[in-house]
Formats: sequence, C-alpha cells, structure tokens
Amino acid sequence: MEHNSTGIPHGKLGMWIFLSSEIMLFGAFISAYIVLRMGSPNFGVPPEAIMGRPLATINTFVLITSSVTMVLALAAIQRDNTKQFAMFMVLTSLLGMTFLGIKGYEYHHKISEGLTISSGLFGSFYFTLTGLHALHMIGGLIFNAYVLINGLRGKFNSRHYERVEYAGLYWHFVDLVWVILFPVFYLI
Amino acid sequence: MTENEAPHPASVKPYILVFVGLGILTGLTVFLSYLGLPRHTAILLAGLIALTKVTLIATFFMHLRFEKRAFVFLLLVALFFVTVLVASLIKDIGLIH
Repeated sequence: MEHNSTGIPHGKLGMWIFLSSEIMLFGAFISAYIVLRMGSPNFGVPPEAIMGRPLATINTFVLITSSVTMVLALAAIQRDNTKQFAMFMVLTSLLGMTFLGIKGYEYHHKISEGLTISSGLFGSFYFTLTGLHALHMIGGLIFNAYVLINGLRGKFNSRHYERVEYAGLYWHFVDLVWVILFPVFYLI
Repeated sequence: MTENEAPHPASVKPYILVFVGLGILTGLTVFLSYLGLPRHTAILLAGLIALTKVTLIATFFMHLRFEKRAFVFLLLVALFFVTVLVASLIKDIGLIH
C-alpha cells in the first residue's frame, strides 16, 4: 500500500476529505428541505399514486445490492481473483444503470402527472436532490468503468488495489445518500 | 483459485450479513410507512432505521471499523457542521409556526 509519514495513504485521505465535503453539500440541501417542509404552509406533498413507493423500494434494493457487489469486487481483487473482480464490477455497474433506468421511468411518470421541478416546493427539492444523486451515480459509473478497464489490464492485485477501494468508497457513499433520500421523499 | 480454497484473511461473510441486514431494514421501514403511525413516531422510526443503515454501510462496506481514527474524526467534523446547519435553522421553523 502507498504510505507516507502519517501512515495514511494520500488517495484515501483525499477521498474521505472529498466525501466530507459531499456530506456538507447534501446536508445543506436536506436541511433546507427540513425547514421548508416543516415550516412552509405551501409545502404540498404529492399523493402516493404519483410518488410510487413500491418502485422506489425496488430501486433501494437495487442500490443496496450494487453496494454489496462492489465490496465483493474489492474482496476478490484482494485475493488476486481478477475474473471474479471483473464479474462483480460489471454487476455493480449494471445494477447502477438499472437504478438510473428506473429513476428515468419515475421522472417520466412524475413529469407527465404534473410534478416538475417548477411545480412547487416538493417538486423543486425532489428533482434537485434526486437529480444531484443521479449525477453522482453517473460519476460513479465512469469511475467504475475506469477501475474495471484497468483491472482487466492487470493493473490491480492483492498488493495494489487502492483505486478499487477508492471507487468503492465513493460508490458506497452514493448508496448512503440514497438511504437517506428514500425515507425523506417517499416514506415520511 | 476458487473461493473455498483461498486462504483469504478477510472473509466475505460480514458483507453478506450486512447486506441481509440492510435488506431487512429497508423492508421494515417501508412496512412501517404503510401503518399510518402518528407523524412524529413515523419520522422518528424512519430516521432511526436510516441512521442504522448508514452506520452499517460506513462501518462495514466503507471499512471505517478497520480504519485509522483520523477518518472517523474527519467524518465527525462534517457531521457536526451538518448538525449545526440543521440546528441553527430550527429557530426559523419555530418562527413560521
């Protein structure tokens, strides 16, 4: 592993600092949501038929599954099993794409039902936050593709798997954000 | 090399257990949301379940359990400021009501 005088790899420290700043980014949006939802008399929450709780639940399971396949990909490369690593990376990315596909369908349904980013406070927050999350997913898919390609080229093994680990940290964080957004928008 | 032969130090069993736990908690929170509980109870329960899931992901999938404390500290700093952000806005909610 790549180490320095502090005993902390630079890449890992950089990723955690980045993730901390991401916590602030999402935290700012979510706190604004809490204030307006609890404080504004004009905060209309759309009915269940528009929100579609079952589909969002399926999407939550898809993302959780993609998180476990990601961590299994890391475990595989830590055991020098490149084939299994590649399989789990592909599976992770496919699950990520499934999530985005379902999200796209949800957006289509909601917009056709009249819930848009400019239809009201709820719509603004819903599309801003889930949109920001979806952009993070796309970023994660690109990161995953980079890691997969380099893994197939034999760049990673049981001694050098840092980038797989960092891609994993990012991917789990994106999953973690969804774990919070899901109850915030669909359940409460 | 199959999984069974490999003398890997880091077993994948905890990951699977965490995955099952996350699945059960997701099912539970969705189930609770259909019960029509009083608003405060519903928010509290959904919040607690989400917090448990987040902790599980950070601790096991993101390996915080095995990391140096510096990373946990970094995370706590960010969480502290998010709490400050939310707490400082609570006054505004009170003003509107």
